Amino acid sequence: MRWVTPLAGAVMFATPAVASEGGMPQLDPSAFMPQLIWLAITFIALYFIMTKLALPRIGGAIEQRRSKIADDLDAAQNLKHETEKAIAAYEAALADARAKAHAIAQETRDALSAEVEAERVKTEADLAEKLAGAEKTINDSKAKALGEVQAVATSLAGHIVSELTGVKVTRPEISKAVSSLAK
Amino acid sequence: MAAQNGEGGLALDPMHQFEIKRLFPINIGGIDASFTNASLWMVIVVLAVSALLLTGSSKLIPGRLQSVGELAYEFIANMMRDIVGESGRVFFPFVFTLFMFILAANMLGMIPYSFTVTSHIIVTLALALVVFIGATVVGFIKHGVGYLKLFVPHGVPAAMLPLITVIEVISYFSRPISLSVRLFANMMAGHTMLKVFAGFVVAMGVLGGWIPLAMMVALTGLEILVAFLQAYVFAVLTCIYLNDAINMHH
Repeated sequence: MRWVTPLAGAVMFATPAVASEGGMPQLDPSAFMPQLIWLAITFIALYFIMTKLALPRIGGAIEQRRSKIADDLDAAQNLKHETEKAIAAYEAALADARAKAHAIAQETRDALSAEVEAERVKTEADLAEKLAGAEKTINDSKAKALGEVQAVATSLAGHIVSELTGVKVTRPEISKAVSSLAK
Repeated sequence: MAAQNGEGGLALDPMHQFEIKRLFPINIGGIDASFTNASLWMVIVVLAVSALLLTGSSKLIPGRLQSVGELAYEFIANMMRDIVGESGRVFFPFVFTLFMFILAANMLGMIPYSFTVTSHIIVTLALALVVFIGATVVGFIKHGVGYLKLFVPHGVPAAMLPLITVIEVISYFSRPISLSVRLFANMMAGHTMLKVFAGFVVAMGVLGGWIPLAMMVALTGLEILVAFLQAYVFAVLTCIYLNDAINMHH
């Protein structure tokens, strides 16, 4: 209970004290003039400090930063453009090289196939020649063999006829007969 | 009651903190220009704001102090751009100074045993009148007599026009009063309340004093918010009045 009295006193005191001291200090007209004068002095001083020193400083720093960022972004944009250009050039070179490689490959392929073709033709001609040679040899051999067969047949026929009949037949006659039979 | 009055009268009087004390009596031609405790704190406000915005470096990558200054700068600049537009750029230094002055005065007033410059109606009224008269002058310079059209809104039925015009005129001329009383009353009420609760802490002693003490901690937080908010409101309303004067959007 000891604190109740002071509390009540404080509550009661808080309100009437305002009135008892002649109202709020804010409404004392004698204090108006010094406040107005010093408010004018300090506010104008602050205004000039702000306009002449602080705001240019802060605004300058902000502006500088903004322009630096804009510059950097521009530089980045330029570099990006350059990169894109480089990539395009690279791709063009690559396409070029690829086309060239294609051409070279095609050329080589063509040259090779031409060579192969020529080789083939030549080989075929060779073979044909050899074949013709061989055929000729065979034909010769055959003719020769046939000729010999005729000769053997003629002489054999002459012998056989003379042995069997005892008639002497002339060679040309036998030969004529054999060749007519061989046909 | 008398004993308490004698013992704790000064400490408990919640209005005592608003009293003006003449530190150096100055009298120029019969006009009282004394350097008072209020003047002292006005000077401290100027020094504090200048110190905050002028000390420290001005670098590309800002330090802490520089960030605070730039934050305040951009805050007011964005607010003005949003409300007034680009045509309000000329008044940016004034609004910025006004905002910083009131903010610093409110914040410094939160320091125990300091003096709150903005808790005096004469100070807030003077600031509000500068804004009001300034905005009115700007309006007349910009639009001539046409500025009076501000009191005659568009699209109002002719029958209603006299009434509306009267209301508009009254609302226009109550601007400086509402502007100044809002700031003054907020500051005074907050500080008075803190003082009353502080009185309770002393009165209720070690046993019961904790409750008002906790209350005071909460109130102090609230008062710091109010200190910022009132400076902001003052600046916003200044911008709105300037916008009316410059652009006449009504």
